[in-house]
Amino acid sequence: MKFKALTAMAALLVAPAVMAGGPDDDSLVINEELEMVTETAAPDHLDALDTIYSGWRFRTDETQSLQMDDFDNPAMIFVDQAIDLFNTVDGSEGKSCSSCHENVEEFKGLTASMPKVIDGKLTTMEDLLNGHRAEAMGADPWKWSGPEMQAMIALIGVQSRGMPVNVAIDGEAAPFWEQGKEMYYTRFGQLELSCASCHEENWGNYIRADHLSQGQINGFPTYRLKQARLISKHNRFRGCIRDTRAETFAEGSDEFRALELYVASRGNGLTVETPAVRQ
Amino acid sequence: MRLTTITAALALTAGAAYADGHAKMVAPGDVAFSEYGEVDASLSGKPGDPEAGRAIMISRGKGNCIACHEVTALNDAPFHGEVGPMLDGIGSNRSAEELRGIVANAKMMFPETVMPAFYKTSGFIRPGNGYTGKAAKEEDLSPILTAQEIEDVVAYLMTLTDS
Repeated sequence: MKFKALTAMAALLVAPAVMAGGPDDDSLVINEELEMVTETAAPDHLDALDTIYSGWRFRTDETQSLQMDDFDNPAMIFVDQAIDLFNTVDGSEGKSCSSCHENVEEFKGLTASMPKVIDGKLTTMEDLLNGHRAEAMGADPWKWSGPEMQAMIALIGVQSRGMPVNVAIDGEAAPFWEQGKEMYYTRFGQLELSCASCHEENWGNYIRADHLSQGQINGFPTYRLKQARLISKHNRFRGCIRDTRAETFAEGSDEFRALELYVASRGNGLTVETPAVRQ
Repeated sequence: MRLTTITAALALTAGAAYADGHAKMVAPGDVAFSEYGEVDASLSGKPGDPEAGRAIMISRGKGNCIACHEVTALNDAPFHGEVGPMLDGIGSNRSAEELRGIVANAKMMFPETVMPAFYKTSGFIRPGNGYTGKAAKEEDLSPILTAQEIEDVVAYLMTLTDS
């Protein structure tokens, strides 16, 4: 019997089982008022998928519920801390974020468009924050995945919550997007796995106890229960590539900036869920 | 002794068959795949132990085969994956030669498969030092399973017959 026939047989056998894959049918409404798009048509550039799903749809009911009410969402502690940070003076110029930005709400929509090319450079939210800290505040840079950085990114992200992700992939962004796409399909490490091996070819399937999602990043930074803190996109990329038994890339590397753009673009149309809660 | 040292020692003996009963070991770079990706001869020169193979199948630090494959006979170990085909009856449906080739390097039979090669130490993109995320030199890489462990897994798979 050939492998394909076996696969078909296996699919038939597991289909009725509880473990059988795919997203669940739940819908995400936050605080009983903010409706999220957790399922929509894949963007035109993405031929391999018909429908894209938020990672929320692949989590257990218990984990899902933590994201449905901000009083239950453990990430909101860090969002509150970021409100304080927003008003805290730091650096040689004696300024805080609020010295220049009266209200954090002015950043509504920004997260949905990030990363983007600014002055020829592919720029992430981390780059924007550290750039402003250096230029306007004379303050030391925050560590890429550090608590202050990711808390502030979560606070800014909340302003866009419920808005559709819409990162630009054409024009100046095109070469970065192509670089990221190339990475997405590269089979790294001794296990020879690409992002696509799990998140395009096998989303919905279980790999041991882990229910594979499409690897969407519309909820980042996410609060990961396993690590009990906010996790940056690049930290998650680093962990995934490490787990292929590969030499990974550094957080804040140009490679991960490009990958971030490409992966974000695969979620164009899903809503910003920041800060999401995951297992 | 570290695994890499053992592998290096094994590699030195590759190709040498001793009259006193030392087994003939095939190094990862010397595995002879048929046109269809089968491997005819035992990689360790010895028969596999199905009981040892069973342990490797369910061990996260070894084969962890059930991460991707469901096997009814291994239901005492939790969380079987769905990424690869179910393996019930595989011992009736495939020969030991086919299974040895698939476990050693499934891409020789199925070029697009996501299944990792368990007996291969070269030709990787950015190979790492285990799961540290740090770089490894290709010459320092050990296969994920040893020659004997491959044989043990094949021996176990051959017990999964239709009955």
